[in-house]
Amino acid sequence: MEVTSHRFRAAAAESLANTQLQRALARIPERFVAARARAAAEFGEFEQLRAAGAAIRERTLARLDVLLERFEAEAVRRGARVHWAVDAAEANRIVLDIARGHGVRRIVKSKSMVTEECALNDALETAGLEVLETDLGEYILQLARERPSHIIAPVIHKNREEVTELFSARHRRPRSTDIAALCQEAREILRPQFFAADMGITGANFLVAETGSVALFTNEGNGRLVTTLPRVHVAVAGIEKVVETLGELAALARLLPRSATGQAISNYFTLLTGVRGATESDGPEAFHIVLLDNGRSRLLGSELHPILRCIRCGACLNHCPVYQTVGGHAYGWVYPGPMGAVWTPALVGLERARELPEAATFCGQCQVACPVMIPLPDLLRRLRTRATAERLRPARERLALNLWGCAARHPRLYALLTALAARMLYRLGHRRGWVRRLPLAAGWTATRDFPAGEGRTAREVLRRERSG
Amino acid sequence: MSAREAILTRVRAATAGTRAPPAAEMIPRAAGTLTEDPLARFRRLAEASGSTLDEAASAAVPGCVAAYLKDAGLTHAAVVWPALAALPWTAAGIAAEARAPQTTDAIGITGAFCGIAETGTLLLLSAGDSPGATSLVPETHIALLPRERIVRDFEAAFARVHAERGALPRALAFISGPSRTADIEQTIVIGAHGPKRVHIILVG
Repeated sequence: MEVTSHRFRAAAAESLANTQLQRALARIPERFVAARARAAAEFGEFEQLRAAGAAIRERTLARLDVLLERFEAEAVRRGARVHWAVDAAEANRIVLDIARGHGVRRIVKSKSMVTEECALNDALETAGLEVLETDLGEYILQLARERPSHIIAPVIHKNREEVTELFSARHRRPRSTDIAALCQEAREILRPQFFAADMGITGANFLVAETGSVALFTNEGNGRLVTTLPRVHVAVAGIEKVVETLGELAALARLLPRSATGQAISNYFTLLTGVRGATESDGPEAFHIVLLDNGRSRLLGSELHPILRCIRCGACLNHCPVYQTVGGHAYGWVYPGPMGAVWTPALVGLERARELPEAATFCGQCQVACPVMIPLPDLLRRLRTRATAERLRPARERLALNLWGCAARHPRLYALLTALAARMLYRLGHRRGWVRRLPLAAGWTATRDFPAGEGRTAREVLRRERSG
Repeated sequence: MSAREAILTRVRAATAGTRAPPAAEMIPRAAGTLTEDPLARFRRLAEASGSTLDEAASAAVPGCVAAYLKDAGLTHAAVVWPALAALPWTAAGIAAEARAPQTTDAIGITGAFCGIAETGTLLLLSAGDSPGATSLVPETHIALLPRERIVRDFEAAFARVHAERGALPRALAFISGPSRTADIEQTIVIGAHGPKRVHIILVG
């Protein structure tokens, strides 16, 4: 999928000017932040649960090779086929080969961010296959030819009128702007497609090593339909998604829905192991699991290692003042918000996403909300440091930071410069108490005033108090 | 080198020498899971997730289903799990067919392997006589759950599957209420692609 993260600033400005988007984003605090807080409070020992979740994920990552091999052996023992893909192109090739091998023409999909990462739909459609997204949000986006703007609420940026337009253009049915009627319309249109499809494609919320199972958490029921009715099921999963035991899965099952939507449990939590039995009337005859690396193994043990704990709940997006203000599309790739500001440079390269680590206020809410305690602000800070060290930042910014660094290493020089600056600010603004336009930093004062201060630095004031 | 070897080699190199942190000693459960009466908790949380509940003695199950269908103004034609085909449906006025459901079937009647009190969740296991589609395709899902098969939490449910079935069945479906979506304007609508109604009859 095309990466447009380099134009984050311009895209963010467009988002700010988009009043419809701003109205949509204004729902986040109540629908997601408050819902999660209520679920956590109702749970009780949610902080202990987060700590357990973080430990489980770290434990997995420390033995990832062993667990992946165990997962593969168990899945194969139960009749699944396991494929390994170094990158997105290889994953797409594998899925295409599976489709061809089974004589597949029509594919139904359940929502999956990892297949967005691979741009799998484009690859399959280019090869002449029919691919239908069946999650309501993803279906709307497929009609609109857009990408998701949130990892669990993909169509959060659209309002019902836009959905009405899309549906009436495609379905040729009486128009309705009633949300329940729109959902019913999508249900009726999509229902026959589940029965007609040869193959279902899903992601995987977790892989369970001890049983060789794929775990899915969904609300709409399309995830179950996609894995029950078609004769072939393909699950695509990042290699980091494995856990060892069903007990660990139970712990993460408590964290994921509460963090994502504030539900104690998703409507459907499905655990899929192996293929249809001889006496069964439904379930896939062939089950393929594609394990995707696409840059993840490089992150193991690196300075960004903790992002591999991520369980894609979206809580950091919902709690981020930047995401809440600019929405997901501005981030320019598949994963937005704080996790996206780490995942994107980690997977596509910092040079293609150097603006994203800057898209943070370091308020720390993402880390507080993260169900597996990923230190997101730290990771963003490390990316900023690397961007500066690798000369990926603008020359003026580097110069300013170098000058500041030089002064900060020389206390006397620093004292002199700050004393001069304090006096200058006082002279510029003491009548109003504010400076309207800062020399050398007009961009900063373009949208706000700078306090003029009292003409003395804190050091000077302290020294006077001590000597006085 | 195959993709498998390339990936595993990189992972091995990166994890070599790292010590796995110890397994979590105790996974917290939702407040009340280990203290509240499981049946009462199951009822409370199943209702909170949008299911309706009733109870019936074993022999009265078909009549109880018929009464629910009548009250809700629903058809008395249903698909049932083959495992439940022998119940006296006809005597209760229900035209029950033990076959895979089609998209025109309005009512699906299933059993349940167990209920989980922690979240008010049903667990259904796939098998030849208990197809997954019956709880999924029809608009109304009626589940018969023996009341002694309510366990406290997910761990207990997994332990029971292991004890009674050995290996995991192909599909474990943990179901908590009717299907729903909040994709359009984050407004919850009940009845997305799965059932619009889940009615649980506690049996026994």
